[in-house]
Amino acid sequence: MDFLHFNPETDFKLLLAVPLIPLIGYVVQVFFGRFLPRKGDWLLTGGMGVTMVIAVLMLAKALHASGGEHGGGGFFHVSSEAGISWAWLYQSGKAAVSPLNLEVGILYDGLGAAMLAAVGVVSFFVHLFSVGYMKGDRRYHLFFANISLFSVAMLGLVLADSLLVLFVFWEIMGLMSYLLIGHFSHDPSTPFFQRWATWASKKAFLTTRVGDCCLLIGMMMFWQHYHTFEFVDLWRLTNEDVARHGGEWPAWMTVAGLFIFGGTVGKSAQFPLHIWLPDAMAGPTPVSAMIHAATMVAAGVFLLGRTFPILSPDVLAVVMATGAFTALFAATIGVTAFDLKAVLAWSTISQLGFMVAAIGTGGIGLVAGLFHMVTHAFFKSCLFLSAGSVIHGCHHEQDMRKMGGLRTRMPLTFAAMGISTLAIAGIPLFSGFYSKDKIIQAAFTKTSLEFSGAAVFASIALPVAAALTAFYMFRMMFMTFGGTYRGEVAEGHGHGQEGHDDHHDHELVHSEDGGIAPGHPGPLPVESPWPMTVSLLCLATLGFLGGKFWLADLDVLAHHAPWFVRLVSPETLYPGVDLMNGYGHTVTHEMIEHAEHVAHNMAMLVSLLVAGLGIFGAWWLFGARKASPERIAAALGEIYHTVARKYYVDELVNGTVLRLTHLLASLQRWFDENVIDGIVLGVGRTNRALGFLQAWFDRTIVDGLVNGAGAITQLFGSLVRLFQTGRIQQYVTFAVGGGLIAAAWLILA
Amino acid sequence: MGVGAYVAVSAALFALGVVCIIARRNILYVLMGIEMILNAANINFVAFNRFGGDGLDGRMFAIFTIILAAAEAAVALAIVLNVFHLFDSIKPSDVDLMRE
Amino acid sequence: MAMGIERGFYALLGLAALAGAGWGLSSGGVGGLLFAGFAALTLGGALVCIWERSVVRSAFALLATFGGVAGLFLLLGADFLAMAQILIYVGGILALILFGVMLSPPDPTERKLSRVGLGLAAGGGAFAWVGAKVAATVHWSQAATPPPAPKLSHAREIGVGFLAADQYVVAFELAAVVLTVALVAAVYIARRKVADFEEPAEPEGGI
Repeated sequence: MDFLHFNPETDFKLLLAVPLIPLIGYVVQVFFGRFLPRKGDWLLTGGMGVTMVIAVLMLAKALHASGGEHGGGGFFHVSSEAGISWAWLYQSGKAAVSPLNLEVGILYDGLGAAMLAAVGVVSFFVHLFSVGYMKGDRRYHLFFANISLFSVAMLGLVLADSLLVLFVFWEIMGLMSYLLIGHFSHDPSTPFFQRWATWASKKAFLTTRVGDCCLLIGMMMFWQHYHTFEFVDLWRLTNEDVARHGGEWPAWMTVAGLFIFGGTVGKSAQFPLHIWLPDAMAGPTPVSAMIHAATMVAAGVFLLGRTFPILSPDVLAVVMATGAFTALFAATIGVTAFDLKAVLAWSTISQLGFMVAAIGTGGIGLVAGLFHMVTHAFFKSCLFLSAGSVIHGCHHEQDMRKMGGLRTRMPLTFAAMGISTLAIAGIPLFSGFYSKDKIIQAAFTKTSLEFSGAAVFASIALPVAAALTAFYMFRMMFMTFGGTYRGEVAEGHGHGQEGHDDHHDHELVHSEDGGIAPGHPGPLPVESPWPMTVSLLCLATLGFLGGKFWLADLDVLAHHAPWFVRLVSPETLYPGVDLMNGYGHTVTHEMIEHAEHVAHNMAMLVSLLVAGLGIFGAWWLFGARKASPERIAAALGEIYHTVARKYYVDELVNGTVLRLTHLLASLQRWFDENVIDGIVLGVGRTNRALGFLQAWFDRTIVDGLVNGAGAITQLFGSLVRLFQTGRIQQYVTFAVGGGLIAAAWLILA
Repeated sequence: MGVGAYVAVSAALFALGVVCIIARRNILYVLMGIEMILNAANINFVAFNRFGGDGLDGRMFAIFTIILAAAEAAVALAIVLNVFHLFDSIKPSDVDLMRE
Repeated sequence: MAMGIERGFYALLGLAALAGAGWGLSSGGVGGLLFAGFAALTLGGALVCIWERSVVRSAFALLATFGGVAGLFLLLGADFLAMAQILIYVGGILALILFGVMLSPPDPTERKLSRVGLGLAAGGGAFAWVGAKVAATVHWSQAATPPPAPKLSHAREIGVGFLAADQYVVAFELAAVVLTVALVAAVYIARRKVADFEEPAEPEGGI
């Protein structure tokens, strides 16, 4: 197994190729895509395939290196240590001379390996899915170009070895999400989508921009103190600083850490900046799959994973509370949503809350949160693509109330979505169970070790959110695939493939009632084409296997720890750093082990219980219809409405932030119109008066002079004109005569 | 023969060239006169190169003059063609639109 | 009377040539004779060119002038230049002028003796006056001594000398460009306008 050995000499170059291949593809596609056969979709899909193969190979190397039970290998590589880095913004000489000299390098560890592989795999299958889903789109080639660069941004972000490089890719990703969410904003054939996409893309961009600003401020605060953006240096310097202060974290570090967490709040859609994510589904469904699974929202959690050692305990408490609140908050809204993609969007926010809360608990929670990020990438991308397949089959109908009975009509999609739903609900053997179980375990551990309010809140909120997750996911499954088809079947449409082909062109009929892109009557839904179903099934397989197993070690029982836990542990993630932000000083290693052990059994029980409870509730209400959900909603009355309207957060933001912005804008306008314009106008009037003076001077004196000169010139001209006969020979005679005269003067003088 | 004799021949040829341009009423004579003047200049160049310096400068200039003369002849003849086309005459005295 | 003037002109020309030859022989031996002969050819050709009534004859008289100049170049040791003179002037420019001659309708009344005579007189006078003044003021210190043989005489050496990288290569390239531009310009100017060739429009709906 020698080829599985990580060789820094060559492998860093291979890693560099990972984002570079799709980047080259992007450049080619942008300029020449429309001229390529099939508009270049094969180029980018193939390029992403190569990227995926490299990423998976690299993951295999990382797994091989950390063969032990609990991250024994210490797999951690920085390219600059291997002498491979690229100069960027050199002011003078070497990097060590000036803090303004920046180097770009690659940081490749267990977390990076897992995330790189996950992003590569999900991106490839999203590309493949798009070949079928986006067929006939009027900006087909640009869609592929943009989604490819989107993946490049995430791949680069995962490989970044410094905050600054990470931030660069972070911003590229923000831009690409804007372009992709707004993909339909250039499609005048669907006025509803056009307006919605334009608005949603702006909303996403501006909302995440708030987080980006926070991240930038946080970065700069750290730079101001340590003059470096390199992760390794930041961890070490922070660690030393805290040690020097006797374990006390300086106040500025807490503030800076909160700002960095602000970046996560924006990108990973945590409360209160979560508002952009549900609207991001205005973009094409493959884009949603990308945003919700591998890229964008994962970037925020990944950032937490990379910056964990520099976050103070106070920041982590905030992180945990925010995550737990978001998980519960979004789960309740997910219960009330009727739009298929909206259910998934709220579930994403909820799951992101799980991850963030887990990282906030520190210790084992850090690993659990990052683990959940990877497994979530698999099953959520599969869920979204399945939703895309369903929507595709139902003629762009997204309302679950008009679906149903698709179990038999779209069996492959049903299978894929079913597996992923089991995974997200946390059923044992499915990937989501392992990560979610660990998150709940981490919350319990934290509570038992330090009985703080945030920890208790997390310990209660997370299991409830997990139950709600199981509930609304199975509600979605029952409504979509169970029962009978509730959509309108158009008269005169056959059931065959012929009728289905009519609807590849995204021809949508929209109503203005604020509903989301209602479809139009068509033939009964049929299964989607092969690029879509193949992608679905592959991702579903990963969603099933991704938790416990890894392809190389199929002997399930030999390893008790999931592959991710073997790959990633706090010790291997941050080598040489003594994490001081986990638990208090008084807590010993034995206490932690004991608490984890106790929490492990409890968490297993609780998560099984809540999953079963949620599934049973969904079956009771929507599968077997033992009770009417409508009646329950009516009984809840105002509470239900508040939840259904997403707790009025959008309205709150509109009423405060937007209103304030508008007020400021109109204030500025008043200032502009009255003060600045007044000054400008005054200057203008003065100039005008001066101008009149000048004009008089010009007309009488200057013009008089000029005219006089002109008249004199004219006089001479008419004199000289006598000689101008227009005859060449006369001119020659004059010239020679003149020459002679000149010669005479020269000679005689 | 000294340089003075060559210069004298050159000067005479120059004078004849000027006369040729002025005296005849046909545009072709103008062209021929110009050629004479250029040749007169060439004689001077070569003569002074021979008697004065030891480089190639004078002969170089002569070569350029010849090249220039060739180009000039081609362009001038093209102009003559156009003049003939426009005025139906090649008398220089008829071509006096410039006066206006 | 007219014939008398013509014959008189040529007789005078012959006499002047003879006198020049005599002067040359007496002052410079064979070299002087050759110089006088070429000078006579040059100036005589020019005079005939001005004098002759027919443009064709004038053009051929110009041939003599060019040949004479080429001879003078030979005497000055510039073989290469003499060959270039014959090739370009005799072969190229004269041929062009003869083309131009074809344009002009024969016009025997074009030459005005008064005009030509006045021109010759004025030109001769000016030449004589300036020449006399120059001869009086300029001291041709080296004029009498025989000049040294030129260092470079063979065409090959001259070519190498011209084209040596530190000499005149750039100038040659520039000359080539100028020549090309001039020729293209000549073709452009001389071409008939498209409108001249335009055929009557095709009837509607032909294709």
